[in-house]
Amino acid sequence: MTALLATENLSMHFGGVRAVNGVSLAIAEGELRCLIGPNGAGKSTFFKCLTGQYKPTAGRIRFRGRDVTGYDSFAIARLGVGIKTQVPSLFDGLDVMESVLLALRRRHNEAIARSRALAVLDRLGIAALVRHEVGRLGHGQRQLVELAMVVAPEPDLIILDEPTAGMSVEETARTAELIRELNRRHAIVVVEHDMQFIRAIAKTVTVFHQGYVLMEDSAERVLADPRVRDVYLGKAVGPAGPEQP
Amino acid sequence: MIRRFPWAEIVVALLLAAISAWALPRLLPLYLLINATIYVSMAVLALSLAFVWGFGGILCFGQTAFFGLGGYTYAVAALNLTGTSWAVPIAVAVPALFAALLGYLMFFGRVGNIYVGVITFAVTLILFNFANSTAGAQWHIGAAPLGGFNGIPSTPPLNVPGEPGNALAPEEIFGVAAISLALSYVICKLLLHSRFGRAAVAVKENETRAELLGYDVRLYKLGVFAIGGAIAGLAGMLFANCVFVSPTMFSLFYAAQVIIWVMVGGLGTLVGPMLGAIVLQMLTAWAGTLKDVSPNLILGVILMAAVLVIPRGILPTATEAAARLGRRGAAR
Repeated sequence: MTALLATENLSMHFGGVRAVNGVSLAIAEGELRCLIGPNGAGKSTFFKCLTGQYKPTAGRIRFRGRDVTGYDSFAIARLGVGIKTQVPSLFDGLDVMESVLLALRRRHNEAIARSRALAVLDRLGIAALVRHEVGRLGHGQRQLVELAMVVAPEPDLIILDEPTAGMSVEETARTAELIRELNRRHAIVVVEHDMQFIRAIAKTVTVFHQGYVLMEDSAERVLADPRVRDVYLGKAVGPAGPEQP
Repeated sequence: MIRRFPWAEIVVALLLAAISAWALPRLLPLYLLINATIYVSMAVLALSLAFVWGFGGILCFGQTAFFGLGGYTYAVAALNLTGTSWAVPIAVAVPALFAALLGYLMFFGRVGNIYVGVITFAVTLILFNFANSTAGAQWHIGAAPLGGFNGIPSTPPLNVPGEPGNALAPEEIFGVAAISLALSYVICKLLLHSRFGRAAVAVKENETRAELLGYDVRLYKLGVFAIGGAIAGLAGMLFANCVFVSPTMFSLFYAAQVIIWVMVGGLGTLVGPMLGAIVLQMLTAWAGTLKDVSPNLILGVILMAAVLVIPRGILPTATEAAARLGRRGAAR
């Protein structure tokens, strides 16, 4: 079966720095995948390659078998990929309703867009905020508004970059619940480094280390693996290289 | 934020234009009416930048490039064709196409916002220098001499559409200018209400997010920029009808002034910059009549005071004050 999203030997080099180095992975339809790794492991660069913000130096990205390497962000989004950035990226001067409508207007007429927007806001528990200006909302609410914009067009795949950044313990727990709920309808890739959060949501985990995939396995096995612990503690793990089959 | 259909604004704008087109020629002496026509043409120019900068988020430091091109195109077309009926649409189309070409190079080349300001500014100054260096009989387009620093004093005035011999009187040209301003405003208002306009505002608010939602931000910026070019071209055509075209239309003097009008009037509004253009030009004209004080000094003080006291501009500050008064009144 063709994977929903697949990378083949994806590399992104900045001069001599090999931020991502020959990463191959495949995400199936409906999967919930976590990409983890300590700071500097290359997961954010990998995220930016997937979302069209960086053009990879080498390798291929395929979406449903179609080669989308080097596509601009808007073209990736149009394929049915919802993207949430680490720092909420929002329309601060607009209200919540207009923000979500913008996510829907490209595909639907105004009446349908409006009813879908209301449904999504309701689903995320922020229907009361429709008339609020986004720039005046608190951090947690802003995260939810961005999520509403990402989820509203019913993307096949949602890519989330550190969705719990800056969140309290309760907010993190609620986000974990939300991601599990979203996973019933969408495939999800979560880039994260919070181990507690990974434990709460993950089924399959891919561990990045120095631009390579260190290992890919079930969450329990990954979290129990001494190499992963060493990587997080900053100990030398060798040999650092692409995972051997 | 624009949500409801702007019926009220459209009706008020058209009514005001109709009333002033009827009343001012009856009230004002001719020289003041010609001044009023100049102010209105500059208000159209300010409106074009208000749209491009305030709603498209594109700081165009050279909006005068399209203004001057509109004027020159009108003059050249009117001198070469019989009558001005075709000169008007050509004077709007050429700056629009030029803006589209320049915009394509800048936005599809992913040039950053600051550099867009620098490039547009350089473009208007290049056009200024070029127009300045076209003195001599060898510089002409068909029957139209370009005239170097002197410009084209023989720019023919508008005629009744389809009747080349029937030129409009200055009173009627004022009417055309007032209605052009109102129609340009209505067009901007309708555009901002449309899907295109709302997406363009989203691009201004956050380019990255708009792109991640699937909007090709380059196309939206290009569209806004070309529309702004068309409106600035219209302003240039009107200016050519009450003064005449010359390289000063491209100059730093006007390029900077239009930015000041928009800032003082209120960035992010359409009405504010139009008012700003008219009020500040009236002030400039009044300051010019004072004997003991330099007009530049007075204007400088006014501008600094405006930036310090009402940094958001006249219209947003006034609207907010009115709303606050309204709330206080309601609380009582």
